[in-house]
Amino acid sequence: MVYAQNPPDQQPQRKHILAALVDNKPGVLNRVASLFRRRNFNVDSLTVGRTHKPHISRMTITIDASKGDANKIKYNLIKLINVIDVADVSNEPHVSRDLALVKVRSDDADSRNELTELCERYPARIVDIGPKYAIVEITAQEDIVEAFIHGADAIGIVELVRTGVVAMGRGVRILDSDYEPAFPPVLNGNTLHIV
Amino acid sequence: MEQRLLSGADIILECLLREGVDLVFGYPGGTILPTYDALSKYPQIHHVLVRHEQGACHMADGYARATGKVGVAFATSGPGATNLVTGIATAMMDSSPVVCITGQVPRGVIGSDAFQETDVTGITIPITKHNYLVTDITELAYTIKEAFYIARTGRPGPVLVDVPKDVQNQKMEFEYPEGDIVLPGYRVPSYAPDHAVESASELINRAQRPVILAGHGIMMSGAVNELRELSERAGIPVALTLLGKGVLPEGHALSLGMMGMHGTAAANNAIQQSDLLIALGMRFDDRVTGNLKTYAPNARKIHIDIDPSEINKNVKVDVGIAGDVRAVLTQMLPRVNATQHPAWLNTIRDWQEDSDERDIIKRDTGDLLLGAQVINDLWRCTGGDAVTVTDVGQHQMLEAQYYPHQRPATMITSGGLGTMGFGLPAAIGAKLGRPQEQVWAIVGDGGFQMTLCELATAVQENVAVKIAIINNGFLGMVRQWQELFHERRYNETVMFSPNFVKLAEAYGIPAARVTKRDEIQGAVEFANSIDGPVLIEFVVEKEEMVYPMVPAGADLHAMIRRPKANEEKVN
Repeated sequence: MVYAQNPPDQQPQRKHILAALVDNKPGVLNRVASLFRRRNFNVDSLTVGRTHKPHISRMTITIDASKGDANKIKYNLIKLINVIDVADVSNEPHVSRDLALVKVRSDDADSRNELTELCERYPARIVDIGPKYAIVEITAQEDIVEAFIHGADAIGIVELVRTGVVAMGRGVRILDSDYEPAFPPVLNGNTLHIV
Repeated sequence: MEQRLLSGADIILECLLREGVDLVFGYPGGTILPTYDALSKYPQIHHVLVRHEQGACHMADGYARATGKVGVAFATSGPGATNLVTGIATAMMDSSPVVCITGQVPRGVIGSDAFQETDVTGITIPITKHNYLVTDITELAYTIKEAFYIARTGRPGPVLVDVPKDVQNQKMEFEYPEGDIVLPGYRVPSYAPDHAVESASELINRAQRPVILAGHGIMMSGAVNELRELSERAGIPVALTLLGKGVLPEGHALSLGMMGMHGTAAANNAIQQSDLLIALGMRFDDRVTGNLKTYAPNARKIHIDIDPSEINKNVKVDVGIAGDVRAVLTQMLPRVNATQHPAWLNTIRDWQEDSDERDIIKRDTGDLLLGAQVINDLWRCTGGDAVTVTDVGQHQMLEAQYYPHQRPATMITSGGLGTMGFGLPAAIGAKLGRPQEQVWAIVGDGGFQMTLCELATAVQENVAVKIAIINNGFLGMVRQWQELFHERRYNETVMFSPNFVKLAEAYGIPAARVTKRDEIQGAVEFANSIDGPVLIEFVVEKEEMVYPMVPAGADLHAMIRRPKANEEKVN
């Protein structure tokens, strides 16, 4: 008998941006990080911060993956009890931003001029300047931040920090949850009395 | 409801009562002591003192699998908690509902490397369905309620609750949280969207060579009848996973027996040549599929499982349905046409006849006593109706091959993790869960020695578990791999064992040794005549092989077969 070879997974890889609503509880970041490590998922960036609801935090995770792998990651995230909802924001129109603080050389007229010109061509601004170094802040889409960093490198970068990507779907695409937390438990309106 | 001033320890036990727990396996120690102290106030809860915390977790697991209820294990902090780890990972891989409650050092010293402190919630994140560190007594009752809910619903699994000693000692006016569990991030799939059920039914109605792959999920969702109806109505043969044994009686005309690495040739060939796989409550483990690139290459695939992350994980499917198997089959059955596939079943029958000719059990082996014969005679002498609990290795695969099961939840084994040492403690848990049934622990000489300390537990609790040690003086399965893939270099697989009969006697356990086939029946009768634990050692052929065998990672149809009797090489 002849057995045909199944075609290998030929889905193209691309950047996916997953947004996850999670419980704002200790250890949740650890659970997510542990999941990525043990399932061998490669993460480009992961950011986390509180939302307008104190019990909910939001994570933005960017990954280079095929659509199938991105789905695997999504379903594994949803499986975590503390993950309330997940959306692949990059599947639909969205706004994404990355913020970088770049410290560059500014110890002569040339470098300062070059830096001023560079900042005019990008959504970047000088937020601190001294006799030796200046700090530039840029907030833009990730690829624009990359291009800016490339430009600044010619002047001389000495230090760099980035927040990682945050993203949000455009228009009516809203990722939110209206649940109220069970803790502290409300016991028929009675006040808890701790001895 | 009247309020009472309860300690955290009292609340733990109060909550166990509310969950219907009457049996707990555990081992006391410093940080869990307040809860042990409170046990005397709750005589409804019987505590089984184990000899090692791993045993407690395996017992809770065995109890859970035998009863369908949640098994509960207690341990103290530090080494007590880390000793649970193998048991927790075992329960996780086999989706067994277990709740572990561990003591933790007082909150004030957490993080200071205090005596017997270990970050057990950190350690067990990857091997629990969920876990908790309770930091306040007001959260304790709700947390335990949530832990049981998570452990038993959806795809079941182990949940660990870590309770600092000072939280156990705190007191509060207690009122049980009666409301529903609110867990927005936890969804339990049930019924499937209509269009998915429709597509699946269409594939089934069009198939010429369909095979059902039935797994553990059938048992856990209670879909035994629905499975049988689907199989019989559409004339579809059923291959079982190791943990699926018992979901369709193995004598059934449409049963193919077990699939996979040591599965039947009929099951594996049928899968490879099928045009439709219907996977129900199983997860395409690598021991089941072999090489994924050549797995069932001409088959469309339907996958129904309660865990959405299992769909398209290993095998890409045409129709994936995340749902409760029973609910989805109930939706699907009215759309499945009654039909038969006589040509397909004839092909399968040819494979089965070929296997019969190769079967060692039908041959005269003279004075040699084989593990396969022992298991098959155990099946005969127990009326084929015992609850068997195996360890891991050759005896486990021989059990799967030579002990056909008729009822669900009658074979308990560590499938996913393959935990040697699981057998004896899990059998003790199973027997305590189903005291009216005969429960046999079938173990090898290697695995038995990993947890044999639990013999003392069986004696102390007078658990009438019957222990069959299949002793071949080797780590048999590893030796088999060495024979096949490492040119018989038997490095570190020859194993010294104590005199098991004398060992049993030292524990006060009646015991016997069997070396000939005609002694087996008498030994089983002897074991069954005693109301308490009994140990029977079967001294078997040292270099027995388990056939068929698909080498790890090989194509599923590339089975190493036992030669037919007239082809057997003389060595």
